[in-house]
Amino acid sequence: MKKFLIPFGLFMVLIAFLAIGLNRDPKEIPSPLVGRVAPAFELATLDPAAPPFSPQRMRGQVWMLNVWATWCVACRQEHPLLVAFSRANQLPIVGLNYKEVQVQDRPQGVAVDAEGQLALARQKGGTWLQRYGNPYVATAFDLDGRVGINYGVYGVPETYLIDQAGVIRYKQIGVLTPEILQDRILPLVKQLTAAGG
Amino acid sequence: MHRRLTLPQGLFHPQLHRLLLGISLAAALLTSTLSTAGEAQPMAKDPQVEQRLNHISEELRCLVCQNESLASSRAELANDLREEVRKLIVDGMDDATIKTYLVDRYGDFVLYRPTVKPLTWVLWFGPFLALVLGIAGMMLYLRARRAAQVPAAPLTDTQRQKVNAILNAGDAP
Amino acid sequence: MIVELGHFALILATCVAFIQGTLPLAGTLRDNVRWQNAARPAALLQFTLIAFAYGILTYAAVTNDFSVRYIAAQSNLLLPLPYKVASVWGGHEGSLLLWVLMLSGWTLAVALFSERLPLAMVARVISVLGLIAVGFLLFILFTSSPFERLLPAPADGRDLNPLLQDPGLVIHPPMLYMGYVGFSVAFAFAVAALLSGRMDAAWARWSRPWTVVAWVFMTTGIALGSWWAYYELGWGGWWFWDPVENASLMPWLFGTALIHALMVTDKRGGFKAWSVLLAIGAFSLCLLGTFLVRSGVLTSVHAFANDPERGIFILILLALVVGISLMLFAWRAPKATLGGDIGLVSRESLLLTNSVLLVVATAAVLLGTIYPLIIDALNLGKLSVGAPYFNAVFVPLMVPVIFLMVPGGIAHWRENRLRALANDMRVPAIAAIATGAAVWLFTDRGTWLSGMGSALAAWVVVGLCVQIITRLQKPGRIAPSFWGMHLAHLGIAVIVIGITFVKGYEEERDVRMSIGDTVSLSNYRFQLTDVAIADGPNYKALRASVEVSKDGRVIEVLEPEKRKYFSSAMPMTEAAIDYGWFRDLYVALGDPIQGGAPQWSMRVYYKPFVSWLWGGAVLMVLGGLFSISDRRYRKGSAPQIA
Repeated sequence: MKKFLIPFGLFMVLIAFLAIGLNRDPKEIPSPLVGRVAPAFELATLDPAAPPFSPQRMRGQVWMLNVWATWCVACRQEHPLLVAFSRANQLPIVGLNYKEVQVQDRPQGVAVDAEGQLALARQKGGTWLQRYGNPYVATAFDLDGRVGINYGVYGVPETYLIDQAGVIRYKQIGVLTPEILQDRILPLVKQLTAAGG
Repeated sequence: MHRRLTLPQGLFHPQLHRLLLGISLAAALLTSTLSTAGEAQPMAKDPQVEQRLNHISEELRCLVCQNESLASSRAELANDLREEVRKLIVDGMDDATIKTYLVDRYGDFVLYRPTVKPLTWVLWFGPFLALVLGIAGMMLYLRARRAAQVPAAPLTDTQRQKVNAILNAGDAP
Repeated sequence: MIVELGHFALILATCVAFIQGTLPLAGTLRDNVRWQNAARPAALLQFTLIAFAYGILTYAAVTNDFSVRYIAAQSNLLLPLPYKVASVWGGHEGSLLLWVLMLSGWTLAVALFSERLPLAMVARVISVLGLIAVGFLLFILFTSSPFERLLPAPADGRDLNPLLQDPGLVIHPPMLYMGYVGFSVAFAFAVAALLSGRMDAAWARWSRPWTVVAWVFMTTGIALGSWWAYYELGWGGWWFWDPVENASLMPWLFGTALIHALMVTDKRGGFKAWSVLLAIGAFSLCLLGTFLVRSGVLTSVHAFANDPERGIFILILLALVVGISLMLFAWRAPKATLGGDIGLVSRESLLLTNSVLLVVATAAVLLGTIYPLIIDALNLGKLSVGAPYFNAVFVPLMVPVIFLMVPGGIAHWRENRLRALANDMRVPAIAAIATGAAVWLFTDRGTWLSGMGSALAAWVVVGLCVQIITRLQKPGRIAPSFWGMHLAHLGIAVIVIGITFVKGYEEERDVRMSIGDTVSLSNYRFQLTDVAIADGPNYKALRASVEVSKDGRVIEVLEPEKRKYFSSAMPMTEAAIDYGWFRDLYVALGDPIQGGAPQWSMRVYYKPFVSWLWGGAVLMVLGGLFSISDRRYRKGSAPQIA
């Protein structure tokens, strides 16, 4: 009787889905921003004398936006790769420093204003970049994380590849590896440069 | 809070005035010290906004947690997102627009309650469909069973009563 | 050296399990009584070997042997002794060892308490259990051995996750595992019935007590987990629809359906194939749960450390065990005979409805749990399904199940006139409507939901009172299983009251407090009197003293803490709870507030009837125990074949 095979059939379908699921990472959230224009912002940078940074400035080139922070342990892992990459000068990288000033940095019972926080962030960020190398053409400071929210940042590090028209083409969640750079990002860069140039 | 003493005109007297002023000042100081050890203030600046925040964030997911709602998570990103939602509420956005705002940035994953759209029809309507089909299937089965059960000789009324009595004696379920 | 003995014992146990899984089974196929008789001794030997291995791992934990990688990861010099013992099951590898220990324990129990069963049946059941054991033992030996060494041994271990350093940990997982593994016995009976080709009422009669015992453990485990989350996690929640919680709820639902279906198969010989299928399903859900929790396929607060290799192994194990059983089902089940005749309205049909409803409810939970995975696997994107979905779908499905408790108990076997049945239920119906309306209209903040919950609870309670009174008016001794049924159903009603009132009437205040400040909730006043530093064996804490008073009289001093364990960066909130029969008062200490005078964030909760959730579970467990104590199942009595 065929109907007695139904439980077996249903079960096998379930197993198939579970097997496919094993190869997926449930924590990886693809970004809905891919294919859309990178959200605008204007943030102070590392150099107090320089004007604030805005993505508008990078129109006309393909570039990378790398979200990082000194408190992020994983960032240290990908940093040498970024430094080497920037030296090879294949494409400009802009650093978005995310929520540098943490709760533990603020002395108890003393309120620190925005100016003070920016100064502290510049100091911490600058020291870290001096120590580990500075791959960035500019470093913007997102102190309260609001720009991060606009970009859908939910963890650090994250990296965006943005084209000449300011459209986000790729988002890397987590640490960059040589394989990802070689197999995914560089080909895309080549494609975009050929199309746009 | 202290109340200003107003004096009827007839009682005006410079000395008395100063004395009463002194007393009222003292009273004001005393009550204000008492009120510092008084009723605790809510953490939130605006309870109305907070209520809406709770309602919305219960339907949103904390993205960095392992399966928690935005309402109950203590993670830093959750704090930031709640702050963002607060701002949007104060700006006058309604619930649906706020959810769309977040979905635009983080995708469907941020919704704890999946929206009802063709992709989730199976999810939302599947169980009830299964219920209807299950009950219908069960009734068809019982009918078919009855039909297949035709006894060699149908029970007489007395026999039927006897069978029922035997079966239903005893309490064991 | 000793540790390697433990590893060796596991290897031996695997060999014994393999023999146990094949020899007696072959004996039934070839009518070889000697081979069949090997089942019981093999079960005993397997249990001894695994218990020995488990004992060695415990010894390593208690003696701080950090050269064992697992112990170094789970334990710590400063960990108090009870938690050292509990740390054995705190992680993936050790918990699997506990799993197989319990599996061999249950197998031994079957071997010991089965004199009344035919030898061939016992042989088949023990063989099936042996084969399952082989699967798990191989899984342990190849991917998850707790006996791996870590050399050079560190001076101190990493420490047990602070969240788990709690009395709740000592009992919750073992109880839950007893339930999970217990359903393997019902499964083994079902498969044995399929193998023998005879799925008769006798099989159901033998299977019932084992199923109920497993169900009792499962109920205890789930209730303990819920209670533990409530007092440990710091914000008063008790069910989160987390995939791992769902993984325990699904087999429980199927187990409940199975208990009810077996009644029909036992008494009237009906629904044989359906009962067998439910038994296979319940254990399949247990295995599926194991897979979901340990493979990294879903995100969950409970998830063990994940490894794709482990995921593949469990998936294969799951596919083989369940796939083969379902093939066997498709082959043998069509041959099952029909059983007694059943009317469209009868106790049997109501019990079958119970099955259908519970299966659909389980399917809903399963669908919600793996839907994100399905959508991702089909490359249709990433979405998430959280508590709002489950609450919206599961609750309406469970309402009819609970509703049916009353007609199910009143209806006669074989046939019942619908009008007569409706007539018998007049009193509970009136009570339900009256209660529901009263709660909705006359309580502060009453809604139609709280009205409906109260109505449902009143329906069940008055319904069972009516049945008990009716029965007491008849002569003769009352069977324990009669009380069992009503106790268990009462337990559900009590849980419904708990959920209805806690969800409908709970209150919360999130405030900032300085010393001396007060906050009021319901008719209670909470005053912060002190905040001090306290020392624990392996942590440092900030402890607040909160005086609780009602009508001006101090009734309790609660001491919530915020603990910083030396081994972990995450601070832990230890809420303070004033338990009560009719309400809980719950206080959680938050972070100190920056700037200005010393202030702390505090959350206070008023939770009415929340202890009725656990109280209801206790009643259900009692009900189950009463059912098992029924004379039918006791050793001396003569076997009756329905």
